[in-house]
Amino acid sequence: MVSGYFDHAAAAPLLPEAREAMMPFLGDEFGNPSSLHRFGTKPREAVEAARSSVAALVNSRPDDIVFNASASESNNLAIKGFAQAHRDKGIHLVASAVEHVSVLEPLKSLSVLGFDFTLVPVDADGVVHPDKLAAAIKTETVLVSVMHANYEVGTIQNIKELAAVAHRYRVPFHSDGTAAVGRIPVDLAELGVDAYTFPAMSVYGPKGAAALYLKRGTRVQSLVEGGFQEKNRRAGTEDVAAIAGFGAAAAVTKTRLPEWSAGMARLAQRIFTELPKKLDHVIFTGPVPRDSGRVQPPFSPAESGGSPLARIPGHVSVIVEFVEGEAMLLFLDDEGIAAASGSSCSAKTLKASHVLLAMGLPHARAQSSLVLTMGKDSTDADVDRFLEKLPPIAQRLRQISPLYAKFRKGEDPYAVKRGEACGEPEAEHE
Amino acid sequence: MYSEKVMEHFRNPRNVGEIENADGVGEVGNPICGDMMTFYVRVENGILTDVKFKTFGCGAAIAVSSMASELAKGKTVAEAMKITNADVAKELGGLPPNKLHCSNLGADALHKAIENYLARQRRTEKKECHCPYCGAPLEGSAICAPCQARGRK
Repeated sequence: MVSGYFDHAAAAPLLPEAREAMMPFLGDEFGNPSSLHRFGTKPREAVEAARSSVAALVNSRPDDIVFNASASESNNLAIKGFAQAHRDKGIHLVASAVEHVSVLEPLKSLSVLGFDFTLVPVDADGVVHPDKLAAAIKTETVLVSVMHANYEVGTIQNIKELAAVAHRYRVPFHSDGTAAVGRIPVDLAELGVDAYTFPAMSVYGPKGAAALYLKRGTRVQSLVEGGFQEKNRRAGTEDVAAIAGFGAAAAVTKTRLPEWSAGMARLAQRIFTELPKKLDHVIFTGPVPRDSGRVQPPFSPAESGGSPLARIPGHVSVIVEFVEGEAMLLFLDDEGIAAASGSSCSAKTLKASHVLLAMGLPHARAQSSLVLTMGKDSTDADVDRFLEKLPPIAQRLRQISPLYAKFRKGEDPYAVKRGEACGEPEAEHE
Repeated sequence: MYSEKVMEHFRNPRNVGEIENADGVGEVGNPICGDMMTFYVRVENGILTDVKFKTFGCGAAIAVSSMASELAKGKTVAEAMKITNADVAKELGGLPPNKLHCSNLGADALHKAIENYLARQRRTEKKECHCPYCGAPLEGSAICAPCQARGRK
C-alpha cells in the first residue's frame, strides 16, 4: 500500500486485476494478434475483449475505440490526424487555452504546415464559456478540442454544452478526458463528442496503453503508417499485455467508480476546509466548494457565467504564497509526501504553468502552486500527514523568503521594476 | 535530480537571514522568474565578516545562496568579487543543466551586495566633513579645534 502519494496525475498504482490480466501476455501467450496461426488467437481475443470493456466504461461501441500507447498519442492523433484528413474542408482549429501540451504542441506544429488555430480564453476558475467558444469558430474551422477536466486546477468543463456549440456550426468536437475518466462517470453518447482521449492509467491500468474514441464515421489520418492494425488508424503490433491490463482495469473501475469518487471527494474537501485553518496566505485555484471558506483572491474577477462550477473529486490545487513550488515539493518528499507544482522551477521547460497564467493568475503567484491528486487508495491518514507537514514546511521557507520579508514590512512583494528581464540584476539598493 | 551536497545545503542552508544595518545589500532575480535572492554583507577592515541571504526559489536556488555565502564569509572584498557562479556550482558538486542559468545567481547577488557597499563607501568619502573656516577635516565637532581656540563662533 502506498501512502502519502498525492500525484495520481503523474502515475497511478496498477490494479491487481489488471496485473493478473497482463501476465499471460508477458509469458507463454507472446503471439502477435495479427497472426493466422494459433499463437495469435489468445492475444487477438484479449485485445478485442479489452476493446469491449474499455468501450463499455465510456458507453461507446467497441469499434469506435482505437488503442495506442498514451493519452499524448491519442491527443496527437485527434489533432494532427483529424486536421490532415479534413484539410480539404478547412485549415483552422480551435482549442481552449488550458489544454495539455499534447494538444497545444500539435496545434503549433500544424501551423507550420499552413494550418491556423485559435485558443479560447478561460475565466478565473478555468471554465470555457460557450459564447467564447462560439466566437472562436470560423467558417474554415475543422475541429474544436476542449478537455473534459483539467489536472492542474481540477475544473470540469460542460462538454455537452460546448460540443453542442461546435455542432451548431457543423464542426466536430474532440475532448481530452485524461483527468475526467476514473474520477467522474463519462457517457460519450450523452456528451455527444466525436473524439475522446483517455489512458489506461486514469483507471489504474498500466502505462503504455490508451484509447482514442472516434465516433463512427469520424476520419483521421494515421500518424503511424505501415500496418492495418486498429483499422488503419494506428500501425504497429499491439502492446497486448498493456491493452489487456487496460481492459481489466476499465471493468473494475466501471463498478467501483461511485464509491472511489465519493471517498476522494471527501478527502479533498477536508483539505479545502482544514488547510486554511492551519496555514495563512493560501489561495485555492479552480472551482472550489462554496463552503470551503475560500477567500476570493484579489486577482480573480469572479465571472463564472452561470455554468455550475465543479471540480474533479480528489483534486486540490493551491497557491502557498511567498514560497516557491519546487522547494515545497522537495521538503514534502523528505516527509514522504508526493505532490506536484505548476512552478517554472519544477517544470523541465522552466516555464510557469500556462493553465494558471490563462486563468489570470499573476506570474509570481503561479510559482507558488501546489497540486494534489488523490487516488482510490488515498486515506484520511494521508490527509492528516499532509495537513501536519505542509504548514511547518511553508513557514520554514517563508523565513528564508525575501518576498515574505517584504510582505511583513508592508512592501509589495511582487513589485517588479519596469523593463526588468529575468536573471537581470535590479537597480541598486540604498 | 540534485546531488547530495545540493540537497544538504537545501535542507540546512547556512547564513540565512538579514543583517541589520548591513554595509551592503544586493538583490537579483524577481518572483516572476521564480528565483529571487537578497544578499547582505558586513565589511570590517576590508573583510566580509558576515554574509547573510534570503532566497525565494527552487532547491538549487537555496543551495546556491547557501554555498555562495559560505564561500564569501571571511574573504577580503577583492577575493569575494572573484567568486563566480561557476565556482559555486562546482563546490556544490554540479547542478542539473537546466538550473545552471536560472538558479545559479548566488555569486551575482553577492557581487551586487559588495558593489553596493563600495558605492556607499565612495559616497561617505565625498561627504567627509571639513571645518567651514580653515577646511581642516572634522571629526564630530562643528568647527575645528584651532579655529575654535581663535575665538570664531
